[in-house]
Order: sequence, then structure tokens, then C-alpha cells
Amino acid sequence: MMHLGLSDEQQLIADTVREFVRNEIHPHEAQVDRSGEVPEELGRHLTQTVQSMGFAGFNFPEEVGGGGLDQVSQTLVERELGRGSYALTTFFPRPSGILMACEGEQRERYLLPAVKGDKFDALALTEPNAGSDVRGMQCYAKPDGDDWIVNGSKHFISHANLADFVIVFIATGEEQTSRGPRKLITCFLVDRGTPGFSIDKGYNSVSHRGYHNCILSFDDCRLPSSQILGELHRGFDIANQWLFGTRLAVAANCVGRARECFERTLPYTVEREQFGQSIGKFQGVSFKLADMITEIDAAEWLTLAAAWRVDQGLEANREIASAKLYATEMLARVTDEAIQIHGGMGLMDDLPFERYWRDARVERIWDGTSEIQRHIISRDLLRPLES
Amino acid sequence: MKALVTCKRVLDPYIKARINADGSAVNLDNVKMAMNPFDEIAVEEALRLKEAGSVTEVVAVSIGGPKSEETLRQALAMGADRAILVESDQDIEPLAVAKVLKAVCDEEQPGLVLMGKQAIDGDSNQAGQMLAGMLNWAQGTFISEIKIDGETANVTREIDGGLEKLSLKLPAVVTADLRLNEPRYASLPNIMKAKKKPLDKKPLADMGIDTAKRIEIVGLSEPAERQAGVMVDSVAALVEKLKTEAKVI
Ligand SMILES: Cc1cc2nc3c(=O)[nH]c(=O)nc-3n(C[C@H](O)[C@H](O)[C@H](O)COP(=O)(O)OP(=O)(O)OC[C@H]3O[C@@H](n4cnc5c(N)ncnc54)[C@H](O)[C@@H]3O)c2cc1C
Repeated sequence: MMHLGLSDEQQLIADTVREFVRNEIHPHEAQVDRSGEVPEELGRHLTQTVQSMGFAGFNFPEEVGGGGLDQVSQTLVERELGRGSYALTTFFPRPSGILMACEGEQRERYLLPAVKGDKFDALALTEPNAGSDVRGMQCYAKPDGDDWIVNGSKHFISHANLADFVIVFIATGEEQTSRGPRKLITCFLVDRGTPGFSIDKGYNSVSHRGYHNCILSFDDCRLPSSQILGELHRGFDIANQWLFGTRLAVAANCVGRARECFERTLPYTVEREQFGQSIGKFQGVSFKLADMITEIDAAEWLTLAAAWRVDQGLEANREIASAKLYATEMLARVTDEAIQIHGGMGLMDDLPFERYWRDARVERIWDGTSEIQRHIISRDLLRPLES
Repeated sequence: MKALVTCKRVLDPYIKARINADGSAVNLDNVKMAMNPFDEIAVEEALRLKEAGSVTEVVAVSIGGPKSEETLRQALAMGADRAILVESDQDIEPLAVAKVLKAVCDEEQPGLVLMGKQAIDGDSNQAGQMLAGMLNWAQGTFISEIKIDGETANVTREIDGGLEKLSLKLPAVVTADLRLNEPRYASLPNIMKAKKKPLDKKPLADMGIDTAKRIEIVGLSEPAERQAGVMVDSVAALVEKLKTEAKVI
């Protein structure tokens, strides 16, 4: 049977995270957006608060010190975090699920401290010449005895400026297939400070100011085989197993952000008067509200239903792609209409709407563009019908 | 020593209160509710007293409808040990609240009752004082500090013009002011445990307490809208405005 309500625990989890965002994140957002920086002390304070709440690593199983939450509960946490700016919520420790592939002493060095929130990770796939076409990556590693010598670069790597180590996907060879040669990809754990490896400031983005993207460079960087996460040449196996989680998180973040934006917009339509009445009395405005809330609810259900499928152990690839696609595009429309409803003031940085609108833009690009999500969805539909 | 903490479910303080179309009450349909912020402070203090070893058990009490269970679960998720819900489908007045809490105290025999100094809905600021009166216990209201020392609670009260220090003989009733502490968030492990902690329900109707209304609400109105502030660029401009516009100097 399908339950469409939340359990008491799930409701409390969502309420608690929402309160955290309201008290600890919202007061700093405008300043962080303006300065483009999060003061170090504030970042540390946020992480420590989350640690004391026992929410660090909520997306990991209890056996490794995580929260042991089901996918729906994790999605609720992400939804509520979406109400706050990425620059600040990035200090809410929730490392990449890929780290579950850690073995032996990798668990002590990376997995356990990351789950606790004592070490921060970043994840690097994208390169200047390999975006959607990840397998086209040029960063490569050559074997040298039991070590690997890495050369190449990665860009757009989120919050690598804060990272103690980076999970990096690197080409380690090529195989011949019926459709021509194909790169073999391996996943490595790379510590900040490894000789030949550098993390530099990336570009200034219109979205999520204060949430930095970085450029990683490898110049004859030597990595021992013990830094391989998962199996040699099988990097994408572990990536595919876990990347769905980040797409679901993006969808949930967008739902939370849209809800926050809507809740701040609704009262304005009652308070703002023109032509002697609340602007909400004009159908031109009230129908916008109707469309906005309908889309937010639709995106929320799509997202929670996809999470529910994961909890049931059902195939959810297409559903997650649909949720990511729809929620990110919904957020663009909702933030755009919120500005329209606020008129000129909507564009001014005295109010948060121009920031929401700018921030929304990246959601349709990262973690797989809208086009790539449509590709995933349509392939899922058509592949079984093709011979 | 057992500590009893009261937790009322009220309109979320971050939500703008709106009056019903007929002007009879604040609209509570489909709006977010939360634990009374002063009660949250009381819960936090009880937990701190427990962590300091002065209290052995923290019992949260609420009087309200079925939804008040959520408020109690929050207290449990913060760390309270168990909860009691006195089921009432009506919002009862401070005198009735004090009578109900007296009955609960008679049964539970706490050494200390911690309450918010007032609930942010009615702002009555009476229940704690009346409860202490009925129990004939010592009371410390608007406290900003509490230390337990054997049979005594040493409290600091925030009063007009300063701080007052009192020594209360236990058992006692204290009510929390804003500066007593900053309440913790519910923790994830406690949230997961909260469901398994005991939550007893007793119907108010079975308690044989007269809760008849004695107060009639004659009318409700929105507070006057505050004018937006203006920034002045010099002291001279400020003085000029205080003279000509505000007419206060
Ligand atoms: C702020 C920011 C942070 C990021 N953080 C990270 C990170 O932490 N780690 C990381 O690895 N990556 C990160 N990325 C990279 C992100 O995932 C990529 O930007 C994204 O995958 C798209 O790649 P691209 O920008 O190179 O665009 P391209 O792949 O060059 O795409 C250009 C256009 O072509 C379209 N296109 C491409 N292929 C197809 C196709 N087959 N069918 C139809 N249309 C197609 C795309 O949809 C797009 O419209 C980040 C990006 C940004 C902007």
C-alpha cells in the first residue's frame, strides 16, 4: 500500500531542518550573496551546530555513523535545505554517497570522518572539454609500478575550496567495443596537498554567489593504487550507483526553494494595493499564484514519489530524471513569476527574489542538463521497443 | 528530582497572525503551528538541569487537541523523557490551565515545574503564577538563570530596572524569560527515539475540573501599521526631523 502522508519522525525531521535554516542560514544569506564569501567562522559554526544536532551524514547508513534515514526522509531534509542558500547549506555535512565504496583503511581516512562532518569532500567529473559527455574526459592516469601518474584538469568543481579531499574520475585506459574505442574510467581519492595536484579558484557564477566552483590541475601527480575507490576501470559503476542521489537532492532543493519563494510572495499579493485594491484581487495575479502552487506541488510529488520508489527497491532512474527535469524547470518559472508579482522591487537586492531567480538558473545545468535528463527519460521509454 | 515542563501549541511565531473574516478569532486553519517559544526555553532548561545532574526525569505536558501530540513529540525529540497530553478540543483559559496542571502535579509530584513566562498567543502571563498559588509552592517568574542547590533553587529574575535574585524552597514553579537560554534543535537520534518514548493521554473531560469560560472576547483588531523608517544623512538632518516632523524636541 502507498502512504501519502509523512510519519511523525519525517515531519519532525523536516520541521527541525526548516527551523535550522530559518535561524542559522537566512539571517546571513543576503550578506553572503553580496560579498561572495562565507566568513570562515560562520561556516565552522554551521557545521558544528549540525554535528551537535546529529544530522551530519544523515544520508549515510547507521553502520558508518550516518543518520540511517530512508530515501524519503533524506529527500525531506534536502527539500528543507533548499530553502537556504547553497553557499551556507554546503556546511551541512552530507558527503557523496560514493564514499560507501571505501574499503579497508579508506574507511578510516575518508568515509568515517566525512560522515561525521570532520572532513569535507568534493566530486570531480567535469572537464573543460568533457561536460555532458563525461566519458570524453581527457584527464588520464598512466601506470608506473604500483602507482599512477595523473595529468589533466577538471573544472566547475563545487566547493572544492573547502574540500580536504576530492573524489576524481580519471581515464585509466581504453577498450575496443563494436562501436569503436571507449575510455575506461577509474575513481581516485585525492588529498588536498598531494604533490602535483592543485585546487584553484574557478569562475564567478551568476548563481549561488559564495558557493565556489574550482579548477583542479594534475601535473605529473603520483597516486598510489591504494587511492583507487572501487575497482580499477570501474569508476562509472560506483558513480551510476550513487549519482542518482544527487539528482534527487537537486530536485528536492528546487522544491524547497520554490516553496520558500512562494511563501514570501503570497502575502505581498494581499498587502500590495494598486487601483484601490490588493493586487491579489486581480485575476492576472491570482492565476499566477494558482499556477505556481500547482507546479510546486506537482514537482514535490514527483520528487517524493521517486524517492519512495528507491525505498521500495524499484527501478527509479527515469522517475528521478523526471523529478530533476521538472523541479528545476518549475523553479525557473516560479522565481520568474515571483519577480513579476513584485514588480520593480522584485529585481532589487533589498528583496531575495532576484537572488532566487539567479540561483535557479544553474539547476537546469548541473548534475545533468535538462536535455540530458530528457535523453535519459526518452531512452528509458524507447530502448525496450528497439531491436 | 522530577521536572515537569509545559508545552503549548501556538501559531508559529514567524507567521503573521490574521484575524478571521468575522473578527472572532485569529485564523488557525491551515497555518503552521509550533511550540510556544518560551516553553521551548523551559524545555531546554529542564534538559540542561538534567545534564547537570540536578534533575533525573523531564516530563513534558501539554493541554490541547490531538495535534498537540506533535508539540510533545518535539519536546521528546529535544530530549524529554516522557510526555502527558491532556486532551481538550477547546483552548482553555489560564485559570483552567492552572487547575489542570495542579491536578497533573498532584499525580506526578515533580520537584520543579518549568513553564514559559507566557504563551505568545494569549500573552496572558498568568498560568505559572496561579499554579504556584494553588499548589502553595514558591514561584520565580521571568527567570534568566536557575541553579539547583540541594533543596533550593536559586533564580535570577528579570524585573523592571534590573535583576532580582531569589532563593526558592523546592518544590517550586518557575517561568522562563527569553534570556534564560537558547533552545537546542531536536537531534536526529532523539527524533528517531521520540516515537518510542511514552506519551500518555488523558481526556480533560474525565478530570472533573471546572474549565468554564470566564472571559469574553469582545473584539480583535490588527495592530496599527508601523510607518517605514527613513535614513538621514547627518545629525543636523536628524535634529531637524525630530523638531519639525516628530515634534519631540
Ligand atoms: C556552478 C556549477 C557547479 C558544478 N559543479 C560540479 C561538480 O562539483 N562536479 C562536477 O563534476 N561537475 C560540476 N559541474 C558541471 C556540470 O555538471 C556540467 O556543467 C554539466 O554536466 C554540463 O556540462 P557543460 O557545462 O560542459 O555543457 P555541455 O555538455 O557542453 O552542454 C552544452 C549544451 O549542449 C547540450 N547537450 C550536450 N549533449 C547533448 C545531447 N547528447 N543531447 C542534447 N543536448 C546535449 C547541453 O544540454 C547544453 O545545453 C558544475 C557546473 C556548474 C555550472
